[in-house]
Amino acid sequence: MKSAAVSSRPPARDTLSKPNASFLKSIGAIVWKDLAAELRSRELLTAMLVFALLVILIFNFALDLDSTTRKAATPGILWATFTFAGTLGLNRSMALEKDRGCLDGLLLVPVDRSAIYFGKMISNMVFMLIVEAVVLPVYSVLYNTNLFNPGLIGVILLGSFGYVAVGTLLSSMAVQTRTRDVMLPILLFPVVIPILIAAVNASSGFLQGLPSSEIMPYINLLIVYDVIFTAFAYMVFDYVVEE
Amino acid sequence: MKPQPVPLKILDVISILLFLAALAMVFLYAPLELTMNYVQKIFYFHIANAWVGMLGFITAAVAGIIYLVRHDPDWDIIELAAVEISLVFFLIAILSGSIWARPSWGTYWTWEPRLTTAAILEMIYIAYLLLRQGIDDPDRRARFSAVYTLIGSISVPITFLSIRLFRTIHPVIIGANSNTSQGSFDMSPRMLVTMFFTLGTFSVIFVTLFCHRIRLGRLARLVEQRKLEELR
Repeated sequence: MKSAAVSSRPPARDTLSKPNASFLKSIGAIVWKDLAAELRSRELLTAMLVFALLVILIFNFALDLDSTTRKAATPGILWATFTFAGTLGLNRSMALEKDRGCLDGLLLVPVDRSAIYFGKMISNMVFMLIVEAVVLPVYSVLYNTNLFNPGLIGVILLGSFGYVAVGTLLSSMAVQTRTRDVMLPILLFPVVIPILIAAVNASSGFLQGLPSSEIMPYINLLIVYDVIFTAFAYMVFDYVVEE
Repeated sequence: MKPQPVPLKILDVISILLFLAALAMVFLYAPLELTMNYVQKIFYFHIANAWVGMLGFITAAVAGIIYLVRHDPDWDIIELAAVEISLVFFLIAILSGSIWARPSWGTYWTWEPRLTTAAILEMIYIAYLLLRQGIDDPDRRARFSAVYTLIGSISVPITFLSIRLFRTIHPVIIGANSNTSQGSFDMSPRMLVTMFFTLGTFSVIFVTLFCHRIRLGRLARLVEQRKLEELR
């Protein structure tokens, strides 16, 4: 088993010795494949979007959002929505690969395994951003709050990046377990708590117009988390898909 | 089945004796604290349990790294042993902390960095055990658990830091004494001696349990291998 994994390496290293063009190309190919498949079936995005809107609906009745509680609760509701909808997308995107044997096909391709990781991660990130791009205006209209704040959008980019970086790694583990549908949230939520803390606080800082000295620690935390976990996933992804 | 090796039996006896000595020191040697009286006694065990939890947490992370480098199934057993011990001892630390917090903070639980981080760590351990349960292939199980242990050991310190950005009321007993924390106290030399004695005792207990758990893990692996051979 291991020898097969090792023997697929040398060509990957050869192509890498040329200025990473083919590495980027294979990442691009995987992203394009995911986006094209999604454009044809639209099952993943539709599910994520409907789910996200339902979560907002539930929060509306659960918290009885009048104009005063709304102000304090908005960042929390947004991030809870993104987190839950994100899990749905991450799970589905990996399950598709596993069910139809695509993952085995991808693993046979003589590229560095991390290209698969980054490809999946970028396409997951795109799905996540599309959902967020729909949720934000809808939320703004429904609750009559202006969410178009460049700072908030920056926080959402940073937070989603970290979330997807860990989520892609864990979802490729979760689909290989027996209890895979329930496994991802259980594995993912306890380790993305730093993102939630930092993102919720930074978002509410921007929405309330706090001075940047109070927001920056959280932004730094998000950046640190993103960098550490992207690097970590890059290092260990081989062990997760190795057969 | 092989009987327990003699060094392990000796270690058992030593841990029991040390534990009895620690109990005696806590209740007979250490002086009563002025404001908190007997409630403060739980502190010696609380801190020792948290210490063992930390030992297990660090051991598990190191074992995870070594497993990924070497692919030696023994390190998987060591990692699982460390995680299980750490899970139990952190749980005891959380519970004993809550018992102490009720009289001194007036509440069993606050969302304070150390408490919250310990609780999240427990969740990660439970997720870890669930993950192991969901995978049949021993090699894949070992790889995934090592990766997850490492994710946990990176994210837990970040979690701690991020919660710490809020204000904390947990007393800092050793090192800088913050004035904002409630229920902190200065330790007399006798208290210090008792604390370090309990810490040492619990470290020995940790080693004992660890050896037992590794032995159990090896036996379990043997059973698993026999079962697989039977099936073939």
